Amino acid sequence: MQSKEAHQDKVLKEVTEQEYKYGFSSDIEMEQFPKGLNEDIIRKISAARNEPDWVLEFRLKSYRAWVKMEMPEWAHLQIPEIDFNDLIYYSKPKPKKKLESLDEVDPEILEVYNKLGIPLDEQKALANVAVDAVLDSVSVKTTFQKELKERGIIFCPISDAVRDYPELVKEYLGSVVPYSDNYYAALNSAVFTDGSFVYIPKGVKSPMELSSYFRINSAGTGQFERTLVIVEEGGYVSYLEGCTAPQRDENQLHAAVVELIAKKDAEIKYSTVQNWYPGNKDGKGGIFNFVTKRGICKGNHSKISWTQVETGSAITWKYPSTILKGDHSIAEFYSVAVTNNHQQADTGTKMIHIGKNTKSTIISKGISAGKSQNSYRGLVDVKRSAINSRNYSVCDSLLMGDQCGAHTFPYIDVENKSSVVEHEATTSKISENQLFYLQQRGLDEESAINMIVNGYAKEVLNQLPMEFAVEAQKLLEISLEGSVG
Amino acid sequence: MNPILEIKNLHAGIGGKEILKGLNLTVNPGEVHAIMGPNGTGKSTLANIITGREGYEVTEGEIIFKAKDILSLDPEERALEGIFLGFQYPVEIPGVSMTNFMKAAIDAKRKYKGLDPIKPGEFLKMMREKQALVDIPDKIKNRSVNEGFSGGEKKKNEIFQMAMLDPDLAILDETDSGLDIDALRSVAEGVNKLRSKDNAFIVITHYQRLLDYIVPDIVHIMYDGKIVKSGDKELALELEEKGYKLVE
Repeated sequence: MQSKEAHQDKVLKEVTEQEYKYGFSSDIEMEQFPKGLNEDIIRKISAARNEPDWVLEFRLKSYRAWVKMEMPEWAHLQIPEIDFNDLIYYSKPKPKKKLESLDEVDPEILEVYNKLGIPLDEQKALANVAVDAVLDSVSVKTTFQKELKERGIIFCPISDAVRDYPELVKEYLGSVVPYSDNYYAALNSAVFTDGSFVYIPKGVKSPMELSSYFRINSAGTGQFERTLVIVEEGGYVSYLEGCTAPQRDENQLHAAVVELIAKKDAEIKYSTVQNWYPGNKDGKGGIFNFVTKRGICKGNHSKISWTQVETGSAITWKYPSTILKGDHSIAEFYSVAVTNNHQQADTGTKMIHIGKNTKSTIISKGISAGKSQNSYRGLVDVKRSAINSRNYSVCDSLLMGDQCGAHTFPYIDVENKSSVVEHEATTSKISENQLFYLQQRGLDEESAINMIVNGYAKEVLNQLPMEFAVEAQKLLEISLEGSVG
Repeated sequence: MNPILEIKNLHAGIGGKEILKGLNLTVNPGEVHAIMGPNGTGKSTLANIITGREGYEVTEGEIIFKAKDILSLDPEERALEGIFLGFQYPVEIPGVSMTNFMKAAIDAKRKYKGLDPIKPGEFLKMMREKQALVDIPDKIKNRSVNEGFSGGEKKKNEIFQMAMLDPDLAILDETDSGLDIDALRSVAEGVNKLRSKDNAFIVITHYQRLLDYIVPDIVHIMYDGKIVKSGDKELALELEEKGYKLVE
């Protein structure tokens, strides 16, 4: 009989080594710029998108700042050298034929999204989810725009917004994440391509989930999407994003910037299911995911809630953060980060308390398997002005096997005496007692492990909108626990 | 009539140390067996080996369950065949609700028998019926498995799960330990309601008092890895009176 540990390791290996399902690549003819990054390329990107001059100025300013910046090295990550001149910065599907209407999408592209389980045909789509589908550098389709428009909601690719709503974009672009914020934010500000633009007018609650689906298709291409969400006084939106990429041997770069603005009494719920190609089990290939996401609770009593399920990418560097500027504003961060094989994740959040009576909650659940490294890094910064503020943080790590690593880097800075900050951290393993208990009730080891992992991540998964919760559970390779409960 | 369980000359241990040293036991349908014995004599080891827990080595002998040699089966296969273990220390599974846990267990059993998953309505009805049987509060349905349960609730929850899964053979490993008299009584009542001519129970206990409520057909005294004495329920009383010097 093999030893208990060896046996358990074998099962863990089987459970955690499921193949990446979205690794297919599609042979769509693309129009691409040559590799390389310089002012000329940036001018070309801007021209290709018919941008007004102020956007080009913003790009050039950002590029000039980026050239002088250094890649950050403080994260617990081993990042191979990236040759930024060896990347394609603009890639869009070449129109095959003259399309009948602006709404029409090349059937080949529709097929890609069908294969991913995201029907872009409004007849077939989920009735309560509007989708903006971004392929490489451009948005190929945004559904339900008309229905949303009737309520004054703007949901469109940011390239359209720049032309159609220049005042709004000009006012808010770079207002939460300045171009000089960090190396990757500067890079994104220089070369950003499509992402979504959302505007919710005063008092309007979005009747559907708004969602963006990002897909990197072409080899050698970086994706640099830019998303901007503005919710006016008393408005509400729930926004979701998902992402996948083909299985390729070389690493690909994804450097996005997301900015959220919540005015007085407004609420933004922002959910991510990140499933970029993680590389193969020997650590070859995979996406480098370097993302800057930040929201501001600008008005009193506003709320921003981040939920992320991170399962993909070879390397993840990502800290969705909130500036709690309005008094009584609330921020939440719920995260499940799974790393396996040779994946590396350094992820967490920053909660910057400025307003009075502000409240933030951080729930982070790391799951490490294989030879991966999984780090939580979080900052709770309570300014002098943020009297009577509270933060509650829980960072749990679950280790599967003994070759992975879990790390927690909490930073806490409190400048007044009336605020309370609590931090809890645990590290655990799936216990043999738990496994045996479930097996004794008739569950096989794989189902037992899935059930334990699902239970561990429940608090976060529960935050996701239903449509995504299901996808996320599947992603964690967990069978649905049944329709009751 | 075939026995439900037949253990013949079982030698087994852990980490090279022999704990069971030639144990024999036959359990027929409709019977309740009590196994008593001092600490460290191998009672829990026996329960673990019958249920197939990893890490134990069986060096000799056989375990026949419903005319089938089960030694090569995985723990879940033995469970699906109809063996249930009521744990001495029920395990907490955070974030997994009792409802979902039981649904998964019932569906695993149905799948093993080639049946479709149970319908939600039917399942909820079953939950209600079995809850009433073992007198556990309704609120546990939405709580995580054993998380924050009192000692008594955990043990009652084991009996509840047994009622749900309706095993042919239930092994109750010191289900009475740490229970006050009321909890003990309700656990025993649950077991008594589930007794039938077709199933069988092995009740492992230190104390005679449980056997006042769950009246055994046969009492075994286990000592140093073997069953050294068997008798009717009077044996338990005699043991209580004289102590283990009875078998030393």
